[in-house]
Amino acid sequence: MRAVHYVNQFFAGLGGEDKAETPPTRLDGAVGPGRGLVAEGLEIVGTLACGDDYFAEHEEEALAALIGYLEELAPAVLVAGPAFGSGRYGYACGTLVAAADDRGIPAVAAMHPENPGVDAAGKAYVVPTAVNVAGMRDALPRLARLAAALAEGRDLGGPDEEGYLPRGLRRNYFAERSGAERAIDLLLGKLGGETRTEVGGGLDRVDPPAAVPELSATLVALVTEAGCVPQGNPDRLPSVRAQGWFRYDLNGEQTLAAARYESVHGGFDVTLANEDPNRLVPLDTARELEREGRIGRLHEVFYTTTGNGTPVVTATRFGREIAGELREAGVGAVLLSGT
Amino acid sequence: MLAKEIERVGIPAVYVTSLPTVATMIGANRIVRGPAITHPFGLDAGERRRIVERALELLETDVEPNTVWEVDR
Repeated sequence: MRAVHYVNQFFAGLGGEDKAETPPTRLDGAVGPGRGLVAEGLEIVGTLACGDDYFAEHEEEALAALIGYLEELAPAVLVAGPAFGSGRYGYACGTLVAAADDRGIPAVAAMHPENPGVDAAGKAYVVPTAVNVAGMRDALPRLARLAAALAEGRDLGGPDEEGYLPRGLRRNYFAERSGAERAIDLLLGKLGGETRTEVGGGLDRVDPPAAVPELSATLVALVTEAGCVPQGNPDRLPSVRAQGWFRYDLNGEQTLAAARYESVHGGFDVTLANEDPNRLVPLDTARELEREGRIGRLHEVFYTTTGNGTPVVTATRFGREIAGELREAGVGAVLLSGT
Repeated sequence: MLAKEIERVGIPAVYVTSLPTVATMIGANRIVRGPAITHPFGLDAGERRRIVERALELLETDVEPNTVWEVDR
């Protein structure tokens, strides 16, 4: 199994910080920590090295040169690092394995989980290590094992099983035990003080923006996930699994009158909402507050979609698109309704 | 998800919903509990006014993530 190993100038034995400007270079066989990988059974046909500063300052050229070497050597796997807690080195390792992975060359890097290089690695594999070089001996066998598995083209198991960092991907597989049995196990574990999950990582969070400083001088927009549309649903907003969102001009309307608006949401009984759509999008109250000067002005359009059965990734796209328009329009606060 | 993406670009967004648990789970930060799934802003204009005013107050408040406010009945 032919492997190529990437290291920085220091681990290549070229020098320390004084050699951090070294451009990409190619060395024969295994060098430095690569010898440890060989001892673990990996065949290293060549080592690529680059100065950390050079890579950071000339990323495009460095990457092009390294990928050029890599394609000449045509290895079964690329191994990078371990970079431990070193930010520049880790970033170079992560960027290189991502680029290799994009070109269909299996690739794995090793570094501390908080190294910025982990993000740079994209969908390539990253083996977690200690924060400094003291973790070398522990890291090399794990790195070699994963590299060998990738080189063989073996189907890899999950992150815990194989010893890599979660990449945010989910894959279907046949479990030997049913969900009920596994859930009971997790529950018993939790009662015993050990909290585990099969679905780690999870959702990203957004820090709440600061409070609106002066609402009486702020443009406020109405947005809803409750499927509110003009009567007759002219744009055919689906009642479930919406593929998009709509923007409707309020045309100075003072209220969402039942004769002119309705909800097509398929996830709840819309009888009460359709008697008075203000129950879903409170235009009448918002206009009142606008007249009283409590809010500066009401945005001239409202945004709507149906929020049921929408995959997270689709809803996120809706949110991003709507947020972009709101920002462009100078909206300073949003009143959003869902059911 | 809409609330989160809108707040991501720096615009405070208050989410009025009768399912604050779900809203918290997906990462909304400013949440006001509405009275019912079928009418998050209440049935009559008086109740609606109380809910909207509460929502506006939340927009005017610096909050911790996943803040949920109730409305007096």
